Amino acid sequence: MNVINPLNKGSGDTGFADLLKNGQTLKQYRDGIMKRTADTGYYNGLEKLALRDSDPIGYEKLFSKLRGGLVHARETAKKIAASPIVEQEGELCFTLYNAAGDCILTSTGIIIHVGTMGAAIKYMIENNWEGNPRINPGDMFTTNDCAIGNVHPCDIATIVPIFWEDRLIGWVGGVTHVIDTGSVTPGSMSTGQVQRFGDGYMITCRKTGVNDTPLRDWLHESQRSVRTPKYWILDERTRIAGCHMIRELVEDVIRHDGIEAYEKFGFEVIEEGRRGLLSRIKAMTLPGIYRKVAFVDVPYTHPDVQVSSAFAKLDSIMHSPCEITIKKDGSWRLDFEGASRWGWHTFNAHHVAFTSGIWVMMSQTLVPTQRINDGAFFATQFHLPKGTWCNPDDRRTGHAYAWHFLVSGWAALWRGLSQAYFSRGYLEEVNAGNANTSNWLQGGGINQDGEIHAVNSFEASSCGTGACAVKDGLNHAAAIWNPEGDMGDIEIWEMAEPLLYLGRNVKANSGGYGKYRGGCGFETLRMVWNSHDWTMFFMGNGFMNSDWGMMGGYPSATGYRFEAHKTGLKERIASGGDIPMGGDIDPTHPTYERYIDATAIVKRDKQCITTEDCYENHDLYLNYLRGGPGFGDPLDREIEAIENDMNQVFLLPEFARKVYGAVFTEDKGVFKVDAAKTKARRAEIRKERLARAVPTREWMKEERERIINKHASVQVQHMFATSFGLSEKFTNEFKKFWSLPDDWQLLETELGVPSYGSVHRMDLSTLPDVTTVVQCEE
Amino acid sequence: MSYTNEQVSHLIEGTLDWETVFRMLSMPKDHTRFEQYRDALQTKVTFKDRIVLPLSPHMYIVQTVNAKKWVVKCDCGHEFCDYRENWKLHAVIYVRDTEEAMTEVYPKLMAPDVSWQVYREYYCPTCGVMHDVEAPTPWYPVIHDFEPDIETFYKDWIGLPVPERA
Repeated sequence: MNVINPLNKGSGDTGFADLLKNGQTLKQYRDGIMKRTADTGYYNGLEKLALRDSDPIGYEKLFSKLRGGLVHARETAKKIAASPIVEQEGELCFTLYNAAGDCILTSTGIIIHVGTMGAAIKYMIENNWEGNPRINPGDMFTTNDCAIGNVHPCDIATIVPIFWEDRLIGWVGGVTHVIDTGSVTPGSMSTGQVQRFGDGYMITCRKTGVNDTPLRDWLHESQRSVRTPKYWILDERTRIAGCHMIRELVEDVIRHDGIEAYEKFGFEVIEEGRRGLLSRIKAMTLPGIYRKVAFVDVPYTHPDVQVSSAFAKLDSIMHSPCEITIKKDGSWRLDFEGASRWGWHTFNAHHVAFTSGIWVMMSQTLVPTQRINDGAFFATQFHLPKGTWCNPDDRRTGHAYAWHFLVSGWAALWRGLSQAYFSRGYLEEVNAGNANTSNWLQGGGINQDGEIHAVNSFEASSCGTGACAVKDGLNHAAAIWNPEGDMGDIEIWEMAEPLLYLGRNVKANSGGYGKYRGGCGFETLRMVWNSHDWTMFFMGNGFMNSDWGMMGGYPSATGYRFEAHKTGLKERIASGGDIPMGGDIDPTHPTYERYIDATAIVKRDKQCITTEDCYENHDLYLNYLRGGPGFGDPLDREIEAIENDMNQVFLLPEFARKVYGAVFTEDKGVFKVDAAKTKARRAEIRKERLARAVPTREWMKEERERIINKHASVQVQHMFATSFGLSEKFTNEFKKFWSLPDDWQLLETELGVPSYGSVHRMDLSTLPDVTTVVQCEE
Repeated sequence: MSYTNEQVSHLIEGTLDWETVFRMLSMPKDHTRFEQYRDALQTKVTFKDRIVLPLSPHMYIVQTVNAKKWVVKCDCGHEFCDYRENWKLHAVIYVRDTEEAMTEVYPKLMAPDVSWQVYREYYCPTCGVMHDVEAPTPWYPVIHDFEPDIETFYKDWIGLPVPERA
């Protein structure tokens, strides 16, 4: 007979579990830490780091053992995965937390999840998971819920509590980027849905294992909820294996060093991380205010964007203004006041995705250290206004490709920091920005093995990087979201995808021009082969650039799409005829079309977001990965560098002439730039610039008239209207700058496009029995 | 960790050997860099005003020789404005807001659509050097990028005397 526990609350809680053996609930314990942090300014009130100061070598040994073990677990566990996203690209990481869910240390990899898994642990703490469903040794919890902090649903996390002598002492989390989440359309970062309800299988900190064994109902349900169960199973085993390796590591460390030292370390290393950020900011930057802004396009009116909801059919622009204030004490405030509202697409981001995510970026610039933990978070003030794309106030928002704008939103931070590095003389640290890490080739159907399949090409792991103040950016080298990214081997991708490579080339002119140019991206031409019922779509920027250049450098090139159907390639291959090969070198004068049937259906335009479209075998798809932005006036570029770029087909001669002022000769495809004539031509170009320019204040009068008359595209006006709707401060500053009349206003309702969500919204926190965890100033 | 004045000068010119650049990237920062950098730049400019803070490859906040005012100045000698103002409002501007203007600088399809985004090029009114390219939507206010707290930087962060300011 079942017995009802008299301690049960209305929500089904089963009472106090005393997991910490100190008489406190996890929530009381965490509240205490937060209070001591707020009261003293030191994490958990740790003005002194007793362990570190009394035994610095022992402290460092603890650090090395734990950090080494985390990296080792990642490197070992990823070999279990079959998905090239995990095994080739390294899209995984493992993180160790203290009992309050604050990160102690993390492995290499997609370290954005320092905070996202911590947010899930905090959600369990705040919502009394210890009472129901209870937290026991050997349990496993799985989460990917974007409404409580995850970046996008394809990042699946397994979280395992760590106990010592029946007392909860911490947690370990492992995350992998799975290849498919069972969303409306295949691929891990799909575009067809416009709300959470189409974003795929969503799991909220669910207990999915006991006694170190996954529960059968979970295995059955989860595997049939996605298109790629084979990859799903092995990804989960990767996460579990890594978490269990790390749990054993912690137990070994405690056996050797003692529980007291381990727990002290678990707090002190976070405080040390907080102090580390302050000292890095002081060592590398300048105090002051930096203002930057970034945008990205959401072009949804095009017929190739087929969504199920009429209210999502509008073109819009995501807006990310950033004011960075670096204070006297080395702390900083990142203020995104004026950001645009969340939208009916999959590019929204939970505030933790933003606040946690910037550390994946910072570890590549300001804090290039192995001591990545929550300490840096405690040294940073985030202002992410509620209702914006980076802190939605509606529980319906879609997040499948939050990165579409996260990478762009952070561009402002790169440029701000780089201004500081430049002014201070640390020129080697300057980075003009990053590529918009796209295109994302995604799709699915029946693959070459006759199985239901989904693909997400992670070639975007290797876009061009931004230019430095002393050298060019790197070609096809990196992605901001994974410091260990790699483009992957062609042979592996051809095993994972029914798409043959007809070319893989550096993309000419894709890097932003400048004294030092941005790194070029690359392009791969893919031919569908041996598939059935196959679909694909595009995901990236096209009408806009998300990163700017710096200090006279140009932004990188924008994206475009090329796809071709009914190509006649089957017959051409059979007869030994010419077929398209290599790069789409100069899209002004395209050549692919010469080698396919004249009756082929070709789409060559700037519509870089599409939804699932039908592809037959021998259809073509160009995967163009973007370049990075440039630094400095292009007229300062060295002659030899221009020559090299032309000779390696990184730069088309026409633009060497127009942008760089190069005067050159060509002999059998080899270019030689004439230094003296180029110098003279550059002097002329400077005069031509002055001849066509006007004083900025004169131009402002004309622009003001355009604003008064509301002369701008709907998408531009819509962006401003949503920012105005959320921020009186941004509105007032805009009106003041342009000297607009007091009664001037711009409302969404006057634009003639759907404005669902502009007035009526409902936040997750309004659901019964839900306590959300807020980790920023809203 | 420290570097010679010659090495810092080569860094500015972009001619420093990669091994040293790599050491600069991977080792803790050298605390005297700003002073060496400012002094190296001072020898490269032709004006007599004292550099207070470099802003970009051709632009500085300087202390004027006689009046001791802090102003934003191009290395050609053109004076933009007080250091607290937005120099872009005192520059000349060319806006690429047509497809034709965009395809002057990028191949077809590889530049933004001007109904979404424009490029604003800011030049020095005297020498025509391009100091910045903004890439905002139409209507976007001219951005005041940087308001450095120079006094705190000199006095509290790097321990240098703050240059006199009238």
